[in-house]
Amino acid sequence: MSESLVRVSFTVNGAPYDLELPPRRLLSDALRHDLRLTGTHVGCEHGVCGACTVLVDGAPVRSCLLFAVSLDGAAITTTEGLRAPDGGMGPVQRAFHECHALQCGFCTPGFVTTVAAYLRDHPSPTHEEAREAIAGNLCRCTGYVNIVAAVERAAELLAGSAGSAGTAPDGAAPGLPEDAAAPEPSGGASRRLPPDPSTVAAAPSVRPLADGAGAPPASAHPAGRDSS
Amino acid sequence: MTTKLFGQRVPRVEDPRLVTGDGRFLDDLGHDALEAAFVRSPHAHARVVDVDVTEALEVEGLVAIYTYEDLDGRTNERLPLLIPHPTLTHGRTQYALANGEVNHVGEAVVMVVASDRYVAEDAASRIRVEYEFLPAVVGVAAARAAEHLVHDDVPGNVAAVMVQQTGDAAAAIDAAPHRLELDLEIERSASMPLEGKGVLARWDPDDRSLLVHTSTQTSTSVRQALAAKLGLPVDRVEVVTPDVGGGFGVKIVHPWPEEVLVPWAAIRLGRPVKWTEDRREHFVSSAHERGQLHHVRVGYDDEGRLLGLDVEFWHDNGAYIPYGLIVPIITSTQLLGPYKPGAYRVEFRSLYTNTVIVTPYRGAGRPQGCFVMERVMDAIAADLGLDRTVVRERNFIRPDEMPYDQGLVFQDGRALLYDSGDFPASLARLKDLVGWDDFASYREQARAEGRRVGIGLACYVEGTGVGPYEGGHLRVETDGSVVVSTGLTSQGQGHRTMLAQIVADELGVPFDRVSVTTGDTRRFKYAVGTFASRTAVMSGSAVALTARKVRDKALHIAAEALEANVEDLEIVDGHVRVQGSPSSSIDLGAVAVLSNPLRYAFDEAAARATQFAAPADPDRAPVGRGEQPGLEGTDYYSPPRSTFANGMHAVVVETDPDTAEIRVLRYCVVHDCGTLINPMIVEGQIHGGVAQGVGGALYERMEYAPDGQLLNASFMDFLMPYATEVPDIEIDHLVTPSPLNPLGVKGAGEAGVIPGAAAIAAAIEDAEGITISKMPISPSDLFELRRQHASREDSA
Repeated sequence: MSESLVRVSFTVNGAPYDLELPPRRLLSDALRHDLRLTGTHVGCEHGVCGACTVLVDGAPVRSCLLFAVSLDGAAITTTEGLRAPDGGMGPVQRAFHECHALQCGFCTPGFVTTVAAYLRDHPSPTHEEAREAIAGNLCRCTGYVNIVAAVERAAELLAGSAGSAGTAPDGAAPGLPEDAAAPEPSGGASRRLPPDPSTVAAAPSVRPLADGAGAPPASAHPAGRDSS
Repeated sequence: MTTKLFGQRVPRVEDPRLVTGDGRFLDDLGHDALEAAFVRSPHAHARVVDVDVTEALEVEGLVAIYTYEDLDGRTNERLPLLIPHPTLTHGRTQYALANGEVNHVGEAVVMVVASDRYVAEDAASRIRVEYEFLPAVVGVAAARAAEHLVHDDVPGNVAAVMVQQTGDAAAAIDAAPHRLELDLEIERSASMPLEGKGVLARWDPDDRSLLVHTSTQTSTSVRQALAAKLGLPVDRVEVVTPDVGGGFGVKIVHPWPEEVLVPWAAIRLGRPVKWTEDRREHFVSSAHERGQLHHVRVGYDDEGRLLGLDVEFWHDNGAYIPYGLIVPIITSTQLLGPYKPGAYRVEFRSLYTNTVIVTPYRGAGRPQGCFVMERVMDAIAADLGLDRTVVRERNFIRPDEMPYDQGLVFQDGRALLYDSGDFPASLARLKDLVGWDDFASYREQARAEGRRVGIGLACYVEGTGVGPYEGGHLRVETDGSVVVSTGLTSQGQGHRTMLAQIVADELGVPFDRVSVTTGDTRRFKYAVGTFASRTAVMSGSAVALTARKVRDKALHIAAEALEANVEDLEIVDGHVRVQGSPSSSIDLGAVAVLSNPLRYAFDEAAARATQFAAPADPDRAPVGRGEQPGLEGTDYYSPPRSTFANGMHAVVVETDPDTAEIRVLRYCVVHDCGTLINPMIVEGQIHGGVAQGVGGALYERMEYAPDGQLLNASFMDFLMPYATEVPDIEIDHLVTPSPLNPLGVKGAGEAGVIPGAAAIAAAIEDAEGITISKMPISPSDLFELRRQHASREDSA
């Protein structure tokens, strides 16, 4: 009763992969154990904690709820792909370091990917918006106070680097695809998102598709808000 | 000059690896290993009648299936009772795999090893276990009723009865002008680190040695336990703690069944074996805490001063009690907080139930004790019509009474003797920070807007830095870099940063030349572990003493090389130099070369050092008696007793008049952990503790059905706070240094969680005018309390 294998091709952090995987192989396991990209962590394996969040075509998704073989043709970004070009900390990662926004660091990669995607669409969040941006991820160490601060600091760093460098690779969160308007992820992720309304703001499935700014629900972020 | 790092907000050296994905947590290791999965009991209490593995054998990739009958040597004995106590008359621990009986849902019955986890779970799902059901004992009430027994040979389900007292509490209460009785309850929660447990074992058949990586809070003790269990010489076993994704207490228990079974299987199979706990496993087979029921009698005078306090409580210890009575002992002693209780008597019963074991979770019995004492303070204030802060003031131990002996025996077996603290000063700061005296006008303003708000506070004292010891090893390499190790482990507290700050200051070297290793028995063999807010106190002091010792050795070697007096030397920026004559200097790397008479010129450092070599005395041994080659040293810190940190929290809540939703509007903390080594890290610890306090007060509970099924064993149903549930946290520090250790520090790791339930209960009570005696409290609970309250008012 050996398992059948399915061929799948996708890129991870810009590098192309051509794999043959069992259909049931989770994306989180494929990244961690087949590709040995262990920065993505698994905290619950039922889509609630957000530690396994990666970007699929720019949209944050729970990699523990996706079958790897469903991602043929996708561009996947993990925290490893959000480093600076020199391999050091990228802007979001540096903000987490500066603000002491991590302790054990297990949940951090999921926050980093989530925040990178959020700030791409919402470059100047208010304090409360910064809190909402991370409200779909669990952290048991920090009490979130410093993570909220890191979202705000990352926005500053990204704005600063955009202003000074001027070129896209530095200005956008490194590793994010050019087509930043997050499309619907493939697979069944959208049906299994956490029911807590507070988490929905960060969920890719409810983000309007047409609007390049990707404004989240009006309750959290009034349309036409001034980003000052 | 070298900048003093002690007390600075030094960014963490741990971070760059962790944020970029280069962390090395347990499941990030051992890609070549076989993987284990477990068949766990779906029943709370049952006999195991038969295990049928026939169908599982067909699964391709299956390597081995083990049941209790396969265990040999000492692996088939019960796991150790780590902390016995004379009052623990009926201590029972579990077997690594169930031996004919299971006592909670989740107890491991069969171990499966396969090519990967998917296959191991395939095989596990095909194993048929036949059970004969037994009645389940769930909850304190059922355990006390003892209609059924968890263990046949434990009458009344009572593991232990313990009494401590000072004075005659009953007489003092009876004679008091005012008396109250309260029943107070706290439900179960759990540490719930984002990374569960995990073990990776590699057996080297050539070397006859075992290398185990485990996500633990005590690698040195796991090493000793494994050697004993597996019948190996201790020096053939090494245990390494990789990056650990949070602990909060649950990972101090050792050895877990899987910590024995995975290495045992690796030896039998001659191949690396790994097990990574999944979330459901963590819920049903790790540990919980907090569940306790308390009955309090208190007597006090017209001023609200305590005259006598009698507390009886029932502690639900779950199915087994491997960690002994630490949690209820802490509740029974730390309940007293910053107060003088008058005469005090406490009696607790530790009871078995058919539920997951109970072992310390951050705070370890203190949140319950704090909840009890602070509810008592508020009840006295309400009874006498006094301000709640005034009652507390009147019962405080005064600063001039320090050190203060509470007359009880603490968890470490030593006197409950407070070493420091200024409680009136802390309270004054807290009142300022939260605006206590102005709250009445805020309440009126809110009321005018149709809003309901309340304020509460809670105070605690926390014994931290319990012994018996920790040690440090420090070596200056010939390139001038400094490698430090201490035996206890890290789970995110920034130990490598904090300890490097201490060493850099003490030794006089740049911070970035110091690297620290924790929790690796290959580097340091003797340690206790990371719990009880003890690392800064214990390993902090140990590495400080070690650095002083190595500094002394460096000065003596340099004095000879520089032909100077030791007293005239200083170490600045990694160079030993003559004070007032900076040109006469030698770098520590060169001193390290000089410290070793064998000096092959492998590198430039060795070549350079030769110019400093003093003329050899042909009659003197190159390494004299009592001397050692190398610029290194080891030292230990062992205090006579714990040091006592303290703090006070104030909370402002708003309750929705219609939906009973409870929101924390403000959370203020005054914290005294003595001298601060890195305020940024201390504040981070407080933030995290407060979030767990909020969770324990408003959201987190283990929902056990009467049959022993844990109904909410997932993150979907066990509600931990997200960012939207934790307010910004306002912190002020009061520093009263501990006189007990060379750094003046007290522990900070657990503090934030301790008064959460107490302070939030007080604030809700203040907002609602309804007595709160049970936590956590959900909107549904509050809604029901309102309904009951209204019906009482109506009938009155």
